[in-house]
Amino acid sequence: MTDIGFVRSDMVSARPAPHRTTGAVAWARKNLFSTPLDTGLTILGLLFLAWIVPPLFGFFIGNAVGPNGTVEQCRMENAGACWAYIAAEMEFFIYGFYDIPEHWRPNIVFALGALLFVPLLIPKAPFKRTNAVLFIVVYPIVSYFLLAGGVFGLKVIPTEKWGGLLVTLIISVIGITLSFPLGVILALGRQSQLPIIKTVCVGFIELIRAVPLITILFMASIMLPLFMPQGMTVDKFLRAIVGVTLFTSAYMAEVVRGGLQAIPRGQYEAASALGLGYWKRMWFIILPQALKHVIPGIVNNFISLFKDTSLVYIVGMKDLLEAVKTKNDTALEWQSGNTATTGYIFAAMVFWVFCFGMSRYSIYMERRLNTGYKR
Amino acid sequence: MQKQLVALTATAILGLTAVSAQAAILDDVKAKGYVQCGVTGGVPGFSAPDSNNVWTGIEVDFCRAMAAAVFNDAEAVRYTSLTSQERFTALSAGEVDVLSRTTTWTMSRDTQLGISFVGTMFYDGQGFMVRKADGIESALDLSGAAICIESGTTTELNAADYFAANSMEFNTVVFVDQDEVVKAYEDGRCDVYTTDSSALAAERSKFANPDDHIILPEIISKEPLGPVVRAGDTQWFNLARWTYFALLEAEELGVTSANVDEMLGSDNPAIKRLLGVEGDFGTPLGVTKDWAYQIIKSVGNYAESYDRNVGPATPIGLERGLNALWKDGGIQYAPPIR
Repeated sequence: MTDIGFVRSDMVSARPAPHRTTGAVAWARKNLFSTPLDTGLTILGLLFLAWIVPPLFGFFIGNAVGPNGTVEQCRMENAGACWAYIAAEMEFFIYGFYDIPEHWRPNIVFALGALLFVPLLIPKAPFKRTNAVLFIVVYPIVSYFLLAGGVFGLKVIPTEKWGGLLVTLIISVIGITLSFPLGVILALGRQSQLPIIKTVCVGFIELIRAVPLITILFMASIMLPLFMPQGMTVDKFLRAIVGVTLFTSAYMAEVVRGGLQAIPRGQYEAASALGLGYWKRMWFIILPQALKHVIPGIVNNFISLFKDTSLVYIVGMKDLLEAVKTKNDTALEWQSGNTATTGYIFAAMVFWVFCFGMSRYSIYMERRLNTGYKR
Repeated sequence: MQKQLVALTATAILGLTAVSAQAAILDDVKAKGYVQCGVTGGVPGFSAPDSNNVWTGIEVDFCRAMAAAVFNDAEAVRYTSLTSQERFTALSAGEVDVLSRTTTWTMSRDTQLGISFVGTMFYDGQGFMVRKADGIESALDLSGAAICIESGTTTELNAADYFAANSMEFNTVVFVDQDEVVKAYEDGRCDVYTTDSSALAAERSKFANPDDHIILPEIISKEPLGPVVRAGDTQWFNLARWTYFALLEAEELGVTSANVDEMLGSDNPAIKRLLGVEGDFGTPLGVTKDWAYQIIKSVGNYAESYDRNVGPATPIGLERGLNALWKDGGIQYAPPIR
């Protein structure tokens, strides 16, 4: 008997997928034209794009006046966005009234901030602890003296002169770094067994949450001076920072409390059973789990804090948006049909870049920390 | 140890707060080395950042003049942007030494808020703007017109009063925001745009074709805008008031920032008194004898400030009108320095 059995010794190489299921046509058929309804919607969508894209392109790029353009070009009929205006007033948008020859000082602060902050965001970067101490303790002090001056022969620049993106970033960075720990402490305090601590925390949170931020800033700018002794004033900038920080910390506390409540009681008990004290229990067992759950909520608060900084115009500070608005109103040499619109678009783009960045980083962080629940 | 800690904390807190005693404002100002001046958030010609991001404007010039009088240095000023809601609190709480912020002088403000108006830097009043093509030449031709107005302002009430007093009909198109009002007028949703005439001029300068619009000659309300100081400090009030008068007096006598040094040798006794060559009018004010010379040297006289900031040569393009000197047909008038 001859051996006619056949045993394949190697795998059959995979054949390409049927023609109808691959390629652009198949993708379009599957995603855009699978049912009559889909087809209809696709056509409507395309029509909408055809209607909206050309004018937008024309406004932003096609007919826009570039950064080197002149105001005469911006004033021409059919001119689009006036980017020349943004380029000309960029210094005001970034530094406000800060003396032009001293702009190197905020520049150093920006550079130092980026240098210290970016490694903090990268999980693999070394020296985390040193880095954090530098950023949270040393950096604010150095920045303050660098910006305000008055030491080492630096010219004094009062906070009234600070403005634009500089103010927006200072308020949001300080607000974010302070409101988060404050919020955690308030959340822990709210769950405390000690009646005084609990009452104070609940009272603070409920009071601040029940009042709009505008009201808090308004109080800080208009009522506070009336309560203080005659002639005593607190820097407006400080008032704005304190107002924004307290406001956000109250919200943060409630977000963190949500995370704390999601941790099963067994975790608390197990930690106690190990003989850990209150702070160790919270620091090593509870908070790492709780905070992980509420990252989206925390970042939500950070983003809204960043956007809320534009409310400091109420205390007469010129943040980015207010700086743009001021120039829109007062830069008569740049007036044209689209000047103000371009200014607002620029402010919106800057805000979008920062907020979108925060949002993407939070998604990355969630994925990284989502070890226990990965599906 | 604990005491030291408390003291350290207190010092740290005080570093960011400023305490000044109840002393005279002038002494405080001299001690801290600058005049704190409350200005608007940005009104072109009055107080606004220029292209070098430095505050300029006719009201800013007043603060610079005060600094020149006190310190012989017009740059010894710090500016605080104030909203219209917080301006009077900021002044009475001592956050600013002088408020120079398009503030209308009214009786209730002058008598009830613990503040004193120094004088009228700028006589403003409500006016009307129409399209030239409509062929309207007087506000009395406006019967039946649609008027764009910002709601909740005295503007609205003044217009209603004016039309009622002249038994004319009108339709209001009301908006909550100044920008919306202007936009609506530009888009032709109404025939007339009304607000203070200085603001009308500023808004007109922003239009694509400013020459297509005219501002009617009628002014229907009184809006005297002037600097304000805290009530109760006569010395500081006098300094502010005579700074304003010195600006006017210099214009009247023909002393400008360009010729002030020559004028030191003038034979005119009035000029001699103004510049401190003869007599000493500065010391009673608490400043030096040549206070007015310093003001004129660094800021100029009233006409120079006006022309530089809001005059016909600027984009705002306001004629002097009521703000001309009394001898030129206006109502700006300074008592003599003697």
